Amino acid sequence: MTTAASASPTAQVTVTDTRISDEIRVVGMVWERELIRYVRTRTRIVSGLVQPVLFLFVLGYGMSGLVGTTGGFNFREFVYPGVVAMSVVMTAMFSAMSIVWDREFGFLREMLVAPVSRTSLVLGKTAGGATVAAAQGTIMLVLAPLVGIHLTPLLVAEVISLELLMAVAMTTFGVFVASRIQKMESFQVVMQMLLMPMLFLSGALFPLNGLPGWLTVITRLNPLTYAVAPLRQVVFSAQNMSAAARARFPTKVTLFGYTLPMGLELAIVVVFALVFFVLAFRGLSRTE
Amino acid sequence: MVTNIAMDRPDLRLRDTGPVAVDVRGLTKRYGAMAAVKDVHFSVGQGEVFAFLGPNGAGKSTTIKMLCTLAHPTSGQATVAGFDVVSRAKAVRRHIGLVFQEQTLDDQLTAEENLRFHAVLYGVPHAQIDPRIARVLDLVALTDRRKDLVSTYSGGMARRLEIARGMLHTPKVLFLDEPTVGLDPQTRALMWEDVMRLRDEEGVTIFLTTHYMDEAEYADRIAIIDYGSIIALDTPDALKASVGADTVDLETADDETALAALKRDGYTVKRSEDGLTVFVADEEAAVGPIVTAVGVPVRTVRAHRPTLDDVFLHFTGREIREQHGEALPMFARAHGARRS
Ligand SMILES: Nc1ncnc2c1ncn2[C@@H]1O[C@H](COP(=O)(O)OP(=O)(O)OP(=O)(O)O)[C@@H](O)[C@H]1O
Ligand SMILES: [Mg+2]
Repeated sequence: MTTAASASPTAQVTVTDTRISDEIRVVGMVWERELIRYVRTRTRIVSGLVQPVLFLFVLGYGMSGLVGTTGGFNFREFVYPGVVAMSVVMTAMFSAMSIVWDREFGFLREMLVAPVSRTSLVLGKTAGGATVAAAQGTIMLVLAPLVGIHLTPLLVAEVISLELLMAVAMTTFGVFVASRIQKMESFQVVMQMLLMPMLFLSGALFPLNGLPGWLTVITRLNPLTYAVAPLRQVVFSAQNMSAAARARFPTKVTLFGYTLPMGLELAIVVVFALVFFVLAFRGLSRTE
Repeated sequence: MVTNIAMDRPDLRLRDTGPVAVDVRGLTKRYGAMAAVKDVHFSVGQGEVFAFLGPNGAGKSTTIKMLCTLAHPTSGQATVAGFDVVSRAKAVRRHIGLVFQEQTLDDQLTAEENLRFHAVLYGVPHAQIDPRIARVLDLVALTDRRKDLVSTYSGGMARRLEIARGMLHTPKVLFLDEPTVGLDPQTRALMWEDVMRLRDEEGVTIFLTTHYMDEAEYADRIAIIDYGSIIALDTPDALKASVGADTVDLETADDETALAALKRDGYTVKRSEDGLTVFVADEEAAVGPIVTAVGVPVRTVRAHRPTLDDVFLHFTGREIREQHGEALPMFARAHGARRS
């Protein structure tokens, strides 16, 4: 083999010190990767739709008979915002938990050894997970007319904003959980033992009033409760509902007899997101 | 313990002349009571191909992890590209390329997407990303597969893509941890061509680990590591010379006459079980003259040059292959393919 040191001065890279703009590019790149992977795995998009759709129609129609119609409003319409939230939460969680795959297939290492801050990596991952989750939740909006939910442009904008907030919170939570999981097999366990109970006990699928005491406590401790309620509130406020229907299907969360304003609910979700952002960052910072 | 010629020559272990790419002094790593790496000293010159050769569990990956700032040394110092691996970890990472023992590609992305991701992570300026990607893909001959998902790649192609990725940000030192494990001989040879081309064209220092003897032959210098300690360090030729001379084994029609004739001509000869053994400086060059010199019909000739297997056996008292359940594929020693 001959030496050709002088033959190729092309494309030499000069690496300079860390700049903010570089870190922003990293956030963008990690975000873009999430999107590419999401678009590329159509099965994930479809399977992410099937479960919420099943809940919407099977549970919605099944329970409607039992719950009955109040002032032209039935259980299907009640459960619809919950099902949208469910699809957002599940997509966000799946997206975040892909870190477990990344660990298994080694790609996590490629990211962690790079000379970039962990903050950028977690931010990019969060932004990516939140984007695909909000997208998935927004796809669910096409089902609104089928269950008799009336959409306005303002409502769509509000719903997407709330989906994004919910998705950010769930992605940081998911990244934190994923950072604690070393094995792929644990993934299913987490989904069954953590995500499903959180969803079922968030008020997504049933009203939160008139529950037995212990269940009331659990639902109020569940941070998802405070993400689901605002979504239902904005959806319902855009519907023509009779006073009777509003009384039958309440959307407010009460805590010690005090009815939480939406701002406070959202603040709880923001705090939850921030706490888990820090924990996720810490979880990924541990070196060998 | 065998006396080690190479260990008595510090000039070969620590390079004080020329730019130093990796400098390691007294590096130690303990996991609990077990020392994975024990008080290791060496340095690697800029542009050198340096191999860590050792059996499973010898401490090769652990050493690489410390040099790449992925593991904290228990004690000792190391600099890579002039930066301390503990206090300047981020600077070290900027100046190194890494190919891990385990694959670390995203197989749901294309080759190009994997490279682009890496380029951004390593702060390659925007305008240089495309030309640089084209260049490294060309270096590993994967240009025509750049739009394919990595999941469609063979093991060898994925490995070469990882090497390309490791070179993308023009590192000063490229670390390759067992780069060819699990590859077939042709792919391994191809990969070595890639590596040598990188060294020649980009002047990168290559630090690799392997437990394939024939692969270590490509290196400028080899450190043999066993149970966390370096037990020999020198050029492949010097290591081989240190375990003994070349020999030519002969069977002739009349060994007595042949022995006398060879001794008369000044050869060092001794009788072996089934013939004669002649000790020479260079077996290849010696065969012809010896056959002429014996003066009797020669039945068989066998020339032997010590291999790295002999070296390993000499320094550790066992064969490297005993460490594995598998028999290692030993492809024809690539003397011809080496730079001379
Ligand atoms: N994280 C760890 N915790 C505990 N022990 C470890 C850890 N990493 C490595 N070891 C131990 O350190 C020793 C050296 O391991 P290392 O991975 O460096 O070997 P190696 O030379 O790379 O071997 P191989 O050829 O199998 O890759 C082994 O005995 C291993 O069990
Ligand atoms: Mg190893």
